[in-house]
Amino acid sequence: MAEQMTGAEMVIQALTDQGVEHIFGYPGGAALPIYDALFQQDKVQHILVRHEQGAGHMAEGYARSTGKVGVVLVTSGPGATNVVTPLTDALMDSIPIVVLSAQVPTPLIGSDAFQECDTVGITRSCTKHNYLVKSVAELPRVLHEAFHIARTGRPGPVLIDIPKDVQFALGTYYGADEIGTTRHKSYHPATSGDIAAIEQAVDLMLRAERPIFYTGGGVVNSGPEASEKLRELAELTGFPVTSTLMGLGSFPGSNPQWMGMLGMHGTYEANMAMHDCDLMINIGARFDDRITGRIDAFSPNSTKIHVDIDPSSINKNVRIDLPIVGDCGLVLEEMVRIWRTRTNQPRTEAIAPWWKQIEGWRQRHSLGFKNSDTTIKPQHAIQRLYQATRDRDVYITTEVGQHQMWAAQHFHFEQPNRWMTSGGLGTMGYGLPAAVGVQVAHPDALVIDIAGEASVQMTMQEISTAVQYRLPIKIFILNNERMGMVRQWQDLLHGGRYAHSYSESLPDFVKLAEAYGAKGIKCDDPGKLDAAIAEMLDYDGPVIFDCLVEKHENCLPMIPSGKPHNEMILPDFEDDIGAVIDEKGRQLV
Amino acid sequence: MNAHLQPSGSAYFLAAETQKPERHTLSVLVDNEPGILARVVGLFSARGYNIDSLTVSETEHEKGLSRITVVTVATPKVLTQIKLQLERLVPVHKVHDLTAEGKALERELALVKVAGSGEHRVETLRLADAFRAQVVDATTESFVFEVTGKPSKIDSFITLMVPLGLVEVVRTGLAAISRGPEGM
Repeated sequence: MAEQMTGAEMVIQALTDQGVEHIFGYPGGAALPIYDALFQQDKVQHILVRHEQGAGHMAEGYARSTGKVGVVLVTSGPGATNVVTPLTDALMDSIPIVVLSAQVPTPLIGSDAFQECDTVGITRSCTKHNYLVKSVAELPRVLHEAFHIARTGRPGPVLIDIPKDVQFALGTYYGADEIGTTRHKSYHPATSGDIAAIEQAVDLMLRAERPIFYTGGGVVNSGPEASEKLRELAELTGFPVTSTLMGLGSFPGSNPQWMGMLGMHGTYEANMAMHDCDLMINIGARFDDRITGRIDAFSPNSTKIHVDIDPSSINKNVRIDLPIVGDCGLVLEEMVRIWRTRTNQPRTEAIAPWWKQIEGWRQRHSLGFKNSDTTIKPQHAIQRLYQATRDRDVYITTEVGQHQMWAAQHFHFEQPNRWMTSGGLGTMGYGLPAAVGVQVAHPDALVIDIAGEASVQMTMQEISTAVQYRLPIKIFILNNERMGMVRQWQDLLHGGRYAHSYSESLPDFVKLAEAYGAKGIKCDDPGKLDAAIAEMLDYDGPVIFDCLVEKHENCLPMIPSGKPHNEMILPDFEDDIGAVIDEKGRQLV
Repeated sequence: MNAHLQPSGSAYFLAAETQKPERHTLSVLVDNEPGILARVVGLFSARGYNIDSLTVSETEHEKGLSRITVVTVATPKVLTQIKLQLERLVPVHKVHDLTAEGKALERELALVKVAGSGEHRVETLRLADAFRAQVVDATTESFVFEVTGKPSKIDSFITLMVPLGLVEVVRTGLAAISRGPEGM
């Protein structure tokens, strides 16, 4: 309903109308009118961060774990430039967030005013869309449109730059319904897929002898119903299911049809099945280079179906035989419906030889590792953490590197929206603030950031935010005193010359936790690990757990560069990892 | 130097390009709003696409629509990506690959300044007449011609003007439209 109010009040009103309960932000000169409006209401709760990058990742964690739009509020200039990393991260991983950035007053734009920067120019290529609002008359439409664009189609980050004079100006506010953002002039994302194409896909599935479902973040983004439909379709068909890093949780880790993650550090069975399949059904994944490996040797003999809401993902990296542009959930629902009209049997018999072959690959135990009585192996630490939390509603975030891949391999998820990680951009420092955002959305859940000692220091200051808002996040650091993945690549490709890949002058993480008002726990003994984990889980408050692990453990299995899926490095090759890529392989890449 | 030619290792695999690049004219219908040209141009630079020619102007004032004609050189696979990536931009209504859809009409306007005296002036005017170029400015020692047509015709005219005292040229870039009754 139309009402007179200031631009700053419109911002709060629009947030309320959009159902926003929490925003993550940091005040500053140009944002003060909005902060003043925030102060005078109690519908939207503001979480004060320590650095704007933290606010962005918190909003991402919030969005990823709830399916809602995460909201960030920052000031002009440095406030805006500090959210560039999370914006890019959200764009790469299709996470719906709306960033409200303040701007200097319109008459000063372009004058190099204090804390001025070209925010829309800087963020144009790292947002799904962005706006500079030059008049309060446009503000209500832009606010509602931003939420619509962020959450629909392929979700992504949207930024609204609001000059200070626009925040002060009086104007007429309209709600989303009056504006009719869904009737946008040019933005009409695809929803349901083409029925004829879906029928054709089911026909292919009915004829397949070596099929595989390759699922991705699109299934999670589509909502929990999509994961339900995926489970139903998998059960109906009896086909094996693998997933990308971003799609973990959409299919239960305990299901016998689950193959584990695929890709560079995926399981042997998942990658071999991708290579040898005759029908690949990609649902909401984008053939990222970490998945495909060598593209000219990627799954050479398969017919490929690709379900994606973004038409530009189709045929971008891999040639597709049957594209279906649409929302994963809706397409899966149709697939289930059509499958049921064609048959009431899974293809158990027809694909029995395929499952037998998969069983053979599984016997390679590609996630195996040599455990130790004296040193904590990082994989073992994650397995113990998983076992200790199995009866809890647990949300896992990660930083980026070896620990992230080990977490993806050894922690198993039964539900979607429980796994928050930076996939496409690979942002070290994502996990701690993301955990804060998840805990804000789920105050009673157990939220753990599986971290590395290098990554976690990039956004360490947000532990202070967790302490301030009594958010009992657990930071589980696999501390190998190395940037482990960098070190592994240096072993693989650069003759073991460890250029700047170790963590020197590390802080005492226990004392650091205590300095912030959190609890610190240190453990370096495999015999005491379970007790230490229990102590962490029992503590009602934020914890930094410094888990000292084997320093030179390699993250395996691995598809080395220049190799196809069927030439993985398995744990038994570990001794001579530097010799795996031959001279010819290095020439190739 | 391209990474795939370097002997050292890499975390990325680069396949050799097998398709041949082609020159295509795209017509892009967009909302005439601030920053739209930056979005389109930024997309080309960010994703490493080429722009050979670019023409922008409002075409339907009441609806606030502009038409961008862009000429690009790319392999068929990349051309498809360019079209789909352009369509992802929120203010973009439609993208048509005019080259792929049939022989489109392509026209360009150039202003050509030529300075000279005596016999050269006579020859200049004679050639301008043959190319249907209009004299839009004249002094005792110079002419400015307005010439329109296909880019190849303008190229020929400019080449002929070089020995006759060509001073400078400005070209609008390509305006293109499909043949037949259908519009975008």
